[in-house]
Amino acid sequence: MNKFTLLKSRAVLLPLDHVDTDQIIPARFLKVTDKTGLGEKLFSDWRYLPDGSPKPDFVLNKPESRGAAILVAGDNFGCGSSREHAPWALTGFGFRAIISTSFADIFRNNALKNGLLPVVVSPDYYHSLLRRLENEPQSELEIDLGTQTLKVAGEPVAYFPIDDFSKTCLLNGVDELGYLLGLEEQISAYEKSQMAV
Amino acid sequence: MTAKTLFHKIWERHVVTQQPNSPAVLYVDLHLVHEVTSPQAFSGLRNRNLKVRQPSKTVATIDHGVPTRSEDGSKIGRLAFADEMSVRQIRQLEANCDEFGIPLYGMQSENQGIVHVIGPELGLTQPGMTIVCGDSHTATHGAFGALAFGIGSSEVEHVLATQCLLQWQPKTCAVNIEGELSPGVTAKDVILALIRKIGVGGGVGYVFEYRGPAVQAMTMEERMTLCNMTIEAGARAGLVAPDQKTFDYLAGRVFAPKGEEWERSLARWKELVTDEGAVFDHEVTLEVSDLEPVVTFGINPGMSIPVNGKLPDPNTVGDEAQKGGLQKALDYMGLTAGQQLLGHPVDVVFIGSCTNGRISDLRLAATLLKGRKIAPQMRVLVVPGSYSVKRQAEAEGLDQIFKEAGAEWREPGCSMCIAMNGDQLEPGQYAVSTSNRNFEGRQGKGGRTFLASPLTAAATALTGKITDPRTLMQP
Ligand code: SF4
Repeated sequence: MNKFTLLKSRAVLLPLDHVDTDQIIPARFLKVTDKTGLGEKLFSDWRYLPDGSPKPDFVLNKPESRGAAILVAGDNFGCGSSREHAPWALTGFGFRAIISTSFADIFRNNALKNGLLPVVVSPDYYHSLLRRLENEPQSELEIDLGTQTLKVAGEPVAYFPIDDFSKTCLLNGVDELGYLLGLEEQISAYEKSQMAV
Repeated sequence: MTAKTLFHKIWERHVVTQQPNSPAVLYVDLHLVHEVTSPQAFSGLRNRNLKVRQPSKTVATIDHGVPTRSEDGSKIGRLAFADEMSVRQIRQLEANCDEFGIPLYGMQSENQGIVHVIGPELGLTQPGMTIVCGDSHTATHGAFGALAFGIGSSEVEHVLATQCLLQWQPKTCAVNIEGELSPGVTAKDVILALIRKIGVGGGVGYVFEYRGPAVQAMTMEERMTLCNMTIEAGARAGLVAPDQKTFDYLAGRVFAPKGEEWERSLARWKELVTDEGAVFDHEVTLEVSDLEPVVTFGINPGMSIPVNGKLPDPNTVGDEAQKGGLQKALDYMGLTAGQQLLGHPVDVVFIGSCTNGRISDLRLAATLLKGRKIAPQMRVLVVPGSYSVKRQAEAEGLDQIFKEAGAEWREPGCSMCIAMNGDQLEPGQYAVSTSNRNFEGRQGKGGRTFLASPLTAAATALTGKITDPRTLMQP
């Protein structure tokens, strides 16, 4: 997994609540057996016309979205299915962080395992950030995982929560499987204790 | 001893270890696997030279991508796959199960079916277990008092390799379902009403325990429908405390304990109740005595109305985001604020899925379809949740009822619930579906879904428009 420390980038705005995983990556693209190539299918049904050409008015197709690594989206982002293809598609497109007022549980877990940082902000902050970025779309945001802060010129510094474990994993680019494999003794002991029951 | 909730009893028993500032290491008793979310996990194992730690606690099936059109209505035999990629994905699961020694209920198996239908049916799902699957509707198994939830592919890999998962302890929410359901109103209507009440994000961070007289009165299959859609409220898992119905359902099933082992298990299972005085983090109550059949009108399962109701007006709801969300939903669905859904024309009816593809669901649908014909131009798919369901339905003659009514009787699979196998809506088509998600394009790009119970779906199949099933029921 890639390390996540400091991210400076412009943001793409998708101010909709309950963006579900079927929109992030429609089921017909789940037939892959690897993780590559999904970035092109990200938000496919919103992003492309029936003939496959980009819909000019969809935000990801706007020139100013190019190269942006932060997505700002509405409440309960990533609800729906457990498909990890959703974070694979988002990172495949180039996103490294998503700012929202809340995330669906499974999506959040999946995102963290792929170096995609879910940044939870208060509804008030979210609304003022939206207004600011609507007026100044070129603003650069700065997300510092170490200090758990989000900065954008003109707005107060926002602190976001993240548990210590996930934070350490992201900062060091460590994946959880290594940690679990290191607990072999405890797992074996648990299995023995259960056999006795 | 302190009073504990059912959730806490299961959780505590499965914590292998917990280091400071770290999530609990939770042991998994049963890991269900299907073709769509597992290939990357198996590749991960191979890359690290790892084995599956407990192949005997792992069970695989093929469900999402299988064709459900049979060559010959009665035998196991399938028509063409949707595409080469589906074939490759299915072959890959077969090869992975072979290589890692995992039992597979594959396409040739007489026990093949939707993962959440076959687990209970084979007696794999048992009270007090922890059950995971790379699929959000794993919540279904909570109907047996098992802590069951969906995980992503990375976590599938973790469980394959270590039989464990890293989990922060969720909060608990008691969901009290009070009152008694009237005729024509089902568990599906209850869960849709609950999601409407608390919202699609209302359960985030919680495990639900469904309690109260209406839950006690439900059959095991109804409880599965209820727990299945827990994820649509955002909650990780839904639990129902096991009782005599649970034990009767399990007795004699292939993987259920037998003899002395059964007695020992039963003694343990009977402890799986929330103790008097145990405290939940949150509590919700839903009164269902006056509940009518529920139909969704929008693009998430929280957007629903009673079948005889009128659509809400974006100008009269909450904040800007809600207004916008509601207007977007009405636009996508081609509906107008204030209108009735009753009588709205429908092109396709889909009866199936892990929500409502079990034998009791097919029986319900058949009560209305028996001796009647579906509306002209209407396409009706009846897709049993498993081969076992299919055999049972055929033994009871339900297949004949469906075929004589003009419906298509299919082989088991997820089918039009997720539209990966070629069963799908055309752009713009309307469907009444007994599945669980009405997200944009869920049943086929551009398709528009109304979620409802098997009864409402069958009634709609007969008239060609959204219909209150109670108007067609025999008194
Ligand atoms: S029936 Fe639908 S919801 Fe259930 S497992 Fe299959 S695709 Fe998922």
